[in-house]
Amino acid sequence: MSTIAVAPGRGPDESAIRIPNYLNTGTTLRSWLLTTDHKRIALLYFASLTAFFFIGGAAAVVIRLELATPQGNLIGSDTYNRLFTMHGIVMVWFFLVPAVPNTICNFVVPLMLGAKDLAFPRINLLSWYLFMAGGLLTVASLVAGGVDTGWTFYTPLSTLFANSYVALAALGVIVVGFSSIATGLNFIVTVHKLRAPGLTWYRLPIFIWSLYATSVILVLGTPVLTIALVLLLVERILKVGIFDPALGGDPLLWQHIFWFYSHPAVYIMILPGLGVVTELVTCFSRKRLFGYKFVAWASIGIAVIGFLVWGHHMFVSGQSLFASLVFSFLSYVVAVPSAIKVFNWTATLHGGWIRFDAPMLYALGFIGLFTIGGMTGLFLAALAVDVHVTDTYFVVAHFHYIMVGGMVSAFFGALHFWWPKITGRMYPEYWARTAAALMFFGFNLTFFPQFILGYLGMPRRYHAYPPEYQVWHVLSSGGAVLLAIAYLMPLVYLTWSMFRGVRAGPNPWQATGLEWQTPSPPPKENFATTPVVVRGPYDYRDRAAHPQHG
Amino acid sequence: MADARPAEQFASLDQQRDVAHAGMWVFLASETLFFGGLLAAYTVYRIWYPEGFAAASTKTDVVLGTINTAVLLTSSALMGAGVRVAEARGSGRAVGLLLLGTALLGLAFLGVKGTEYVKDAHDHLVPGYDFEFDERLRRGAELFFLLYFIMTGIHAVHLTVGILLVGAFAVRAWRGAFADRLEPVAIAGLYWHFVDLVWVFLYPLLYLNGRAG
Repeated sequence: MSTIAVAPGRGPDESAIRIPNYLNTGTTLRSWLLTTDHKRIALLYFASLTAFFFIGGAAAVVIRLELATPQGNLIGSDTYNRLFTMHGIVMVWFFLVPAVPNTICNFVVPLMLGAKDLAFPRINLLSWYLFMAGGLLTVASLVAGGVDTGWTFYTPLSTLFANSYVALAALGVIVVGFSSIATGLNFIVTVHKLRAPGLTWYRLPIFIWSLYATSVILVLGTPVLTIALVLLLVERILKVGIFDPALGGDPLLWQHIFWFYSHPAVYIMILPGLGVVTELVTCFSRKRLFGYKFVAWASIGIAVIGFLVWGHHMFVSGQSLFASLVFSFLSYVVAVPSAIKVFNWTATLHGGWIRFDAPMLYALGFIGLFTIGGMTGLFLAALAVDVHVTDTYFVVAHFHYIMVGGMVSAFFGALHFWWPKITGRMYPEYWARTAAALMFFGFNLTFFPQFILGYLGMPRRYHAYPPEYQVWHVLSSGGAVLLAIAYLMPLVYLTWSMFRGVRAGPNPWQATGLEWQTPSPPPKENFATTPVVVRGPYDYRDRAAHPQHG
Repeated sequence: MADARPAEQFASLDQQRDVAHAGMWVFLASETLFFGGLLAAYTVYRIWYPEGFAAASTKTDVVLGTINTAVLLTSSALMGAGVRVAEARGSGRAVGLLLLGTALLGLAFLGVKGTEYVKDAHDHLVPGYDFEFDERLRRGAELFFLLYFIMTGIHAVHLTVGILLVGAFAVRAWRGAFADRLEPVAIAGLYWHFVDLVWVFLYPLLYLNGRAG
């Protein structure tokens, strides 16, 4: 039995007293659109990202429908190119990159640090407006007719030959990049300067370390993408040669500058997930984190080494073999800190008092899928193997295991874990577990066949294919249907729970973070008095205080 | 002005000042990588086309470029003096005048740069619009001038932001707005020096290459 009265209440017998919190302090539209409260800005981001997630997802649905049959009988190749490009652009820059940092982190980081807000609340609001401006430009390019270059904008296709709205989409990505930089800057300064008394670096939750590493990449990587896109725009609009080989330029320069951002951006998209999973694994196994310092520094290690591996995207581009060797070696090296995290989560689970609440289901799913995604990344980092599978569905499957199996799982895990903090209400556990299980099953059914397809030689970015591949494509498309249903379920039951869910109380998980020491939903100023921290995170020693398995 | 309380997310004015400084330093780190992408492109093409780059950079106006370097370095000296006076809690009017001088020198720089652009256009040195060069060296030279316009153009945009910022701060300093809060002046100074420093890199790359020896 629980010795601490934190179990969620049952039924609608909650107190009618209206306690002031961040949601009911000011309810006008103006109080939302001009807010500088990090919690409200997080909700603005939640709403926008949900819209972008379903735009990008809709493109994926049409792609998978088209691929159910070998002939290109639903859409033509040109439409297909525009669909997968829009899927990539929207999912990378308008969902995955901001997914956890701008929503979950925006909400919980000041709470975790015992701070009243981020260091620059107005810059935080500005970042949302920049995000929306970039999003509108990109959606405008979609409405106008789309982009057919792939999300990587490879030159000279993008600058000389593409007969689509490249400039508009590139401008959208530049603007959303400014939003990323503003976000990263805000978090770095906040973590350095706004920690509560006693909250030393080694007392920070790993979630904060992960976010810090993410922010470093956001701040140092994004400007390189910005300048690359500026050069691309100059070449495309003014018809001059920067990357055009006919005018003396080097198309590979684009690939180098682009991947200098875009490979670290992969770590922007996964590091916050690694942080989320650390919080979930410790909380739901009631254990201290195994090897805290290793896990903490592994985040920084991934961020630093991640800047040095971009050339592994260019093994078949004709770059020097010696460069390829070095990039291959470094790509193996960057797997080490990732593996440290997986091993340390496993060791944390060992002997733990494990509960399979929905967030934990997502976390465990993450560990398995991230491991598969990471291991297949090593296949691709091997020079000889990469030549065989480059630009095939093997690559597509690999990065979807990291991005979707990993990051989207972590996003949903985080969403369910902090949902009671954000809304003050519990989500329905049964439906949440069902959705988590369906998401795991649907994901594997969608993407595991793509490893086989790629190994058999099916190239990516084609709308038609030889009939012998059909069985794998049908499995994949069938999985995509399940995945789509699994993604729609939380939209329904989480919305329902905002109004009808049982009241959560301040700490429904009996978790140790500072964010759980303030009411749910938190008051506008986060804490009545600034907390003083006297011990490290994950102080889950007291098994006796743990409630019965439910 | 008497109201020297920190913003609500801070515990003290000291913390607020630290945060503001840290924010600008992180921003400048980001800016460094932004210009770094351009320098990388310049480096690649200079290695590809050493003769074209050398020949092209002798076509830039080294006299105006050097004058502009002196103008910008002087503006930074005034900015530095302004920050020192502000930190020593000197007269707001002195700070205002120093910042005004800084902003005016920035404007002078833009004026000289504009004159140069007109001259470059007159000399048929604008790629994609009107570019004439020795055919043998044309490819490298055209890439050089493309990068010349992009680099100096982006620098000028940064400088314009700096002029607006420092100009506005000059007026506020003159009115005594920074009597209790000095960090805005120091932070504007960091930005100004950064823009100056970018020019210190651009000047040898764009004007001196090909002129030595």
